Order: sequence, then structure tokens, then C-alpha cells
Amino acid sequence: MQDEHEHPDVLSVSRRGFLKGFGAGTAATSLLSPLSVREAEAAERGFVGPGAVPVVLTVNGRKQTIQAEPCVTLLDALRNRLDITGPKKVCDRGTCGACTVLVDDKPVYACSMLAIEAEGKHITTVEGLGTPEKLNSVQKAFVEHDAQQCGFCTSGFVTAATAFVRKHPNATIEQIRSGLGGNLCRCGTYAGMLLAVADAASGKGGRA
Amino acid sequence: MAKVDWPEASKRTLIGKRISRTDGPLKVTGAAKYSYDISRPGLLYVKLVTSPHPKAEISGIDGTAAAAVPGVKAVWKDEELQEVQYVGQIVAAVAAETEEIATDAAHQVKVEYRVREHQVRDNDPALSKDKPSNLTVGNLDEGFAKADVTMNGNYGCPVITHCCLEPHGQVTEYRDGELYIWPSTQNVSRYSDGLRNDVDLPQNKIHVDCQHMGGGFGSKFDTDKWGKIGVTLAKMTGRPVKIMLDRDTELMIAGNRPSAYAKIKVGAKRDGTITAVDAEVWGTGGGGGYSAPPIPYVFGKIPNRRLVGKGIRTNRGGQRAWRAPNHPQGCFLTMSAFADTAALLKMDELEFFQRNIQFTDRPTVYTEELNKAAELIGYKRRAHLRGDASPGPIKRGLGVSIHTWGGQGHPSECDVTIHPDGSVEAACGTQDLGVGTRTCIAMVVAETLGIPLQAVKVKIGRNEYPQSGASGGSTTIGGISVSSRQGATAALNALLEVAAKRLGIQPDLLEARDGQIREVDNGSKRISWKDACALLGPSPITKRGVNVPGESAKANLASQGVGGAQIADVSVDIETGIVTMNELVAVQDCGLIINLKLAESQVYGALIMGITSALYEEAVYDTRTGKMLNADMEFYRLAGIKDVGKLTVHMMTGKGYDDRGVIGLGEPPVISPAAAIANAVANAVGVRVPQLPLTPERVLAALAQRGGSAA
Repeated sequence: MQDEHEHPDVLSVSRRGFLKGFGAGTAATSLLSPLSVREAEAAERGFVGPGAVPVVLTVNGRKQTIQAEPCVTLLDALRNRLDITGPKKVCDRGTCGACTVLVDDKPVYACSMLAIEAEGKHITTVEGLGTPEKLNSVQKAFVEHDAQQCGFCTSGFVTAATAFVRKHPNATIEQIRSGLGGNLCRCGTYAGMLLAVADAASGKGGRA
Repeated sequence: MAKVDWPEASKRTLIGKRISRTDGPLKVTGAAKYSYDISRPGLLYVKLVTSPHPKAEISGIDGTAAAAVPGVKAVWKDEELQEVQYVGQIVAAVAAETEEIATDAAHQVKVEYRVREHQVRDNDPALSKDKPSNLTVGNLDEGFAKADVTMNGNYGCPVITHCCLEPHGQVTEYRDGELYIWPSTQNVSRYSDGLRNDVDLPQNKIHVDCQHMGGGFGSKFDTDKWGKIGVTLAKMTGRPVKIMLDRDTELMIAGNRPSAYAKIKVGAKRDGTITAVDAEVWGTGGGGGYSAPPIPYVFGKIPNRRLVGKGIRTNRGGQRAWRAPNHPQGCFLTMSAFADTAALLKMDELEFFQRNIQFTDRPTVYTEELNKAAELIGYKRRAHLRGDASPGPIKRGLGVSIHTWGGQGHPSECDVTIHPDGSVEAACGTQDLGVGTRTCIAMVVAETLGIPLQAVKVKIGRNEYPQSGASGGSTTIGGISVSSRQGATAALNALLEVAAKRLGIQPDLLEARDGQIREVDNGSKRISWKDACALLGPSPITKRGVNVPGESAKANLASQGVGGAQIADVSVDIETGIVTMNELVAVQDCGLIINLKLAESQVYGALIMGITSALYEEAVYDTRTGKMLNADMEFYRLAGIKDVGKLTVHMMTGKGYDDRGVIGLGEPPVISPAAAIANAVANAVGVRVPQLPLTPERVLAALAQRGGSAA
């Protein structure tokens, strides 16, 4: 792993190459679309993979290069290559939301996005939202309302809730129930979460 | 001198208050490192090779191709395994530089199976090959002869899984001849016991560390096969190795709650008094034995009763303790049969339960709790006899259940150290499953020493700390609160001796309060906490507190035996069969509560877990292939935030409760929800939906049998 300041072209090659090389059909293409002009150009130069390729990720404001096979998910890249372990691996197929991260400020299941898809985008994990010494308003409210038990779903919920509160200030309880429907908790901390997100949405405790 | 007993309510500064968990900020920022998150220099990733067959002989395992994959560092094969007994059983394991390489290589391990006939069905008593258990009390014939009505019912709840969000597993590392393990465990102090045949090291050279773990619910007591494989692969490769189960394997083999299907006959007099209960129950916990859930549950003093249990051995992953083992099943089966008996008598369900309350161990407590639950949900105003007669497809109903649990604190030791600079540490080999154990120890020590909560540093989650019991059966809070109270009191008394000399009075006239050591009820002679600690010279005071369950029970520091009452309010759409939770009210006692906020969290969580088991959870097995069809989280469904309705929690505290000492709370509130919800559904639609989970298909099928009428 090393810090990178440039965005090397070869990385786009790998992404396009991955698709081409594995004969990915319409479904995969549409998943990655719209393809940029640069990607189309890169595609002409052949594919990279299936071995490890350099991938540049900008996580919590820091640009870093990892070596990863094109099949590596953003979640595994964060956890296994960058030791950013706030996003958790639970269902690993886009059901539970424990791996939720923000990609260009939108909540995304990191288990369902390839690392190479996340190049050039700004990735924010729960670690980028606040620190134990300086919590954001959602994190503060989660602590205050005990919206956590074992805490394994908490990173994903805090991240999803932060995105929700930014988009829906003054959300109603019903909106919160719908807005957080993409995450699951096993210990059963929803009662505290509703209060926490309602608090944060009301602007109590500062900006999310 | 300070006494070990709990302070009276007026003197408590922290105990019983709503205090936020101290490690909350770590969990909400991702800073809390779970076992799954541990990374070590040179870490290898392990993928398991598991059986695709429910029953097969193994004639050979060939790891050559897997070992040849670039990046693979070792292939472990279970050479002793001759036959697999369930899908998902571990056969081999591959350690590699990356998770992706390990996954690819695991597919290249060739296992030769000779497939044998399997059996995964669990819902037919004729499948039982074991000698039935039989518990008969009183005289059934006489009991039924006294009855004015006899109710016959069939009910069932399927196998469900723990589905801990953090799967089972660990990171294992050999370093300088010693073993370091970071497991996700409920049993830090005794985790290494499971390695006694695998490792030639004493426990002081096996370092177990679990600071945060992502849920256990009874499934994480053991070292497990993956724990042993971790040790072997770490030894084979000389590198740290991480094994965490994939979700499908987790759901298939890492524990489940046995099923329970029952045929129940209840005899009752016209006034509702139950005269006899005859129950035959069957189910499976996998390939091992089966223990019938208690029926009649809670109403254990019904004079004439019989319980016949028939275990069915299946080619499925084995059962493990699942939060309140056997109680939720016994509760659902019993309360369903009793509510159906009330319906047969055209009697109000709550009244029927109260009519028979003398058959419970604690009639006064249950009466009080049922009345409180009824008040909170507006029962009198809203209750109706079975079948919501109002027009339209949405039917609403209420359902009642009560439950019990023990919860005596386990053996626990805790060292409390007062340093000369005034700082305080408490060390205890316990673990925090998410219930706030760390916070509770800090509260007890801070309360005892009269210092702020933040002044206490709590060290848990390592086996080098004083030994403390496994967290199971709601035993942790009783154990750690007493051991930390005793350790802190002994340390304080040693400090009071020193302070007394300086102040020129007897130590027994001193108390620790508000950051001071001061004369009791007077305060004219006093010294600040910091100045008192400075009198110690260079050496700290360390005292060990020990919880001996029998003794702390005698001293009313910790005891056992709690009750709880729950009432559910549901709406059922009789056109779609969809059950919607409106409200679930829980009234619960658990002796002296250390932290009211965390106690309430436990109950809220239990209600949600109970709702999930009532409406969604079932390990679905295909009889032909023997595979679990929903070993994932799309189809093994957990309730989401939209599904749970309003939750109302009332803790019984104060006189008659606080003076019983501390009692555990993890299990009891999870017992009743399914029973209360199933009764509420029956009350709404007018027919019993006999099988959990109460899916739309099952609701519609039950309605169809009764001709689709809800009245």
C-alpha cells in the first residue's frame, strides 16, 4: 500500500479489462455504467487481471493504492488491504447493510461494489464521520440513546443514518423507519435508533 | 468501614441510573476492534471446505491442486473424518495470502464422497428412534375427569438459528513459542480449555483476547473445530491465520435452536381452572439428543400433567444454547394451548391466565406484572373474545404470555486496584457481548469508591485477568457486579485504614463519597480522594473480589428467579395474511438493576428478537437434498426497523425487587414475544395459526380451514 497523488490510467484499463476479459454481459455493464470516455479508450488497450492490479482508492480523504484482483469488493479492499474495519462483513451479498459506506456521499453496500468501480470516487467510512473524541451528531445520538448492543451493525447504521439525516433533515418517525430499512440488527437496537435518528434529524447535537 | 451490601436507593449515585455505555463512542466510530477486525503482520486468510452432502462417507481428500495454487501456504485435511453428518460439515481448510486466493483454492480441494441416505425431517413423531422421555405427575385420568371442557391442539415452532452478525471464528498466532488467539467468544477465561488436546502449552502461554464481539446468544461458548484448525494452520505456516465462517456456513453449522412440535390436551373447569395437561412434544436439535421443552411452562404446579418428549435425529447442524434454551418453545406451546382453552370456554385470555396464576411459582409477582402490562396496553378497553368482529379485512387482536428464568450470577473474580495517583483499575476475565458488562463494572466500582465513572479503567476480555464465568444463562451481571463490588470494597477499606490514621479517627467512621474520604453523615473530617491515595506511598492497593454464587445469594447480593408478562397488539390482513405489529408491551423484573438504560436496551432487543422468531425465522431444509434452503440473510429473514411496531418496556424496581440483589436479564424477555404474538393473531382472526413463523401463507391456510371467516 502506498499513498498516491495521481490517478494512473492503467486502473481504468483494469476495470474495463475485467469486464471484457470475463465476457460480462449486459447486467454487469449496466451495473458499471455510464462508462466514461476514458474507460472506453482504456478498453481498447486490452484487459488487466485476473491477477492483482493496482487500484487507487480515496478513503476518508486519503488517496491510497492497493494491489487487488479486479474481483475484490470494495468491502474486502477496505478491510483486508487498508485495515479500515469499521464497515463489517456480515451477509456479503447486499442484504444487511453492515458494510455501508458513502460513495460520493451516497450510502452504498461496500460488499456489492467492486474496488475498481470505486476508483476516482470519494469513499467515506464510519471512521471518516467522527472520532471517539469528536462524534458527529448521529454518533452522539446513537451513544445517548444506546442505539447499539454488540455493535456489529452499528457502523453501517451510523453511516446510513448520517446520509439519511443529511438528505432528510426534520424527518418523521415513519420516514426514518423507511430510510433505515436497508440495514439489519440482530441484538434488536431499533428502539434506540429511532430516537437517535430523530434527534439527529432535528438538528440536535449539530451537523451530521 | 464500607460494607459489601448494595447501597439503599437514596444513597445510590450511579447504580440503577440510566448511564450511556462507556464504549459507545468506540462502537459508533468503528474504532472498536472485533475479532473479525484483527489484523496481524503476515496474516493469512483461511477458507473452509465443507460437505455439500447431508450424509456421506469420505474415501479421500486430495489437496494437491489447492496446494499448488500460487499464494496458498497450507492445506489442512481432516484425516480422521470418515463420514459427514450434515451439509456444511468441515472437511478441509486452505490458508492463503489473500481471502480471494483461499476461496479459489478451497474449490480445488477434491473430496471423494460416497453418498448415503439422509434424514432432515423433524415434524413427524414417528421419525423418533430414541426412547421417549416421560414426566408424569399426579393422575391424568382424574384430572381430565374433573374438567368441564377438554381442548386438543397441535402447535409447532421450527429450528431457528442464532445468526450472530459477527460469525464464529478467530485469529490465531504463534509467537516466541506462545499462542495468541483473538476469538469471538462468550467464554474468555475458559476458551483455551477446548485446546487441551491440541496444544502442549499451559494456559499462561495461551493468550486469549476478545475486546468486542458481534453477538453470541448462546452459540459461542466453545473453541470449536475452527479454533483447532486455526492452531494447526498457524503451526503449519508459522504465520497468523484468520478463520471467520462464511454466512452460509455460519447459519448451517454454528448452532441453532431445536424445533418443538406438540400435541397438547388441556382440561379445565368452567371457571377456567386447569385440571390437567397432557403434552407430547417432538423435534430435532440435529444429530444429537433432544430435551423436551417444559410443558406446562411457568404453570408448573398444575396437579395432573404429563410431558412425553421424542427426539428426532437429523442430518442437520447441531443445536447450541439459544437465548433461554427451551423456554421460548415451551412458552409458545403452553400459552397457545392455554389461550385456545380460554377461547373454548369463551373466557377472556388474561382472566384465564390470572385464574390459574396459583400454579406458578410467584403468583403475586405475575399478577402485578400482568396488571401492569394490561394497564400499559389498555387491555380492559380494547380486549375482545377470540375473533375481531369489526368489518373490513384488517383484524386486530391482543395476546398474553408470561415467562420465567433463573439468572443467578456465575463464579467471578475481579481485581480492583487503587493507585497512589488516585487512578483506579478493575480487571476481570469476563467479556462484553453487547450488554454493557464493561460499563456495569465501572459503575459498581465508581459507586463503591465514590468517584466519577470516568475515573475507573475497566480491563476485561483477556484470560490473563482474574477468572470469570462464561456469559450464558443471564449469569454475567450477577457475577461481575458482586465480584467488582467486593474487590472495590476491600480496596476501599484498605485505603480507609490509611486515611483514618491521617484524619485521626476510626476507619469505620469513614465513607467514600463525592470524590472524598469523609466522616459518615458529618463530613467535618475529610480528605480528597487524590490526597488519600497519595498517602499510600509508592505501592498501589489491589484487592480481589470473588463471587461465590451460594454465598452472594444468602447475602442478597445476587439471587435468581424472575418473572415477566408481555401483551402483544397485532393487526392481521385476512386477505393477504400479513401480520403487522402494532405494539408489544413487556413488564419485567430482574432484582436490583445496575444500569437502567442498558437493562431497558436488553428488553427492547429481546422483544425484537422475539418478534423476528414469531414472524420470520425458520431454517428451511429440503428433504430431498438435505440442504438448508435459506442459508443467507435474504431468506433467513431478520426483522428490520419497519417491522417491529411500538415497543413498551416497564422494569419492576423498588421495594420487593431491589432488595433481591442483582439478577440476570439476557434471557427472560426473549421468551414470551412469540407466544404473545401468536395469541394476538388468534385473537384477531378467530382461528389458531399453529405454526411459527406466522407467515402470510400460514395465516391464510389457517383461515381457509375455518372457511375464511374471521369471526
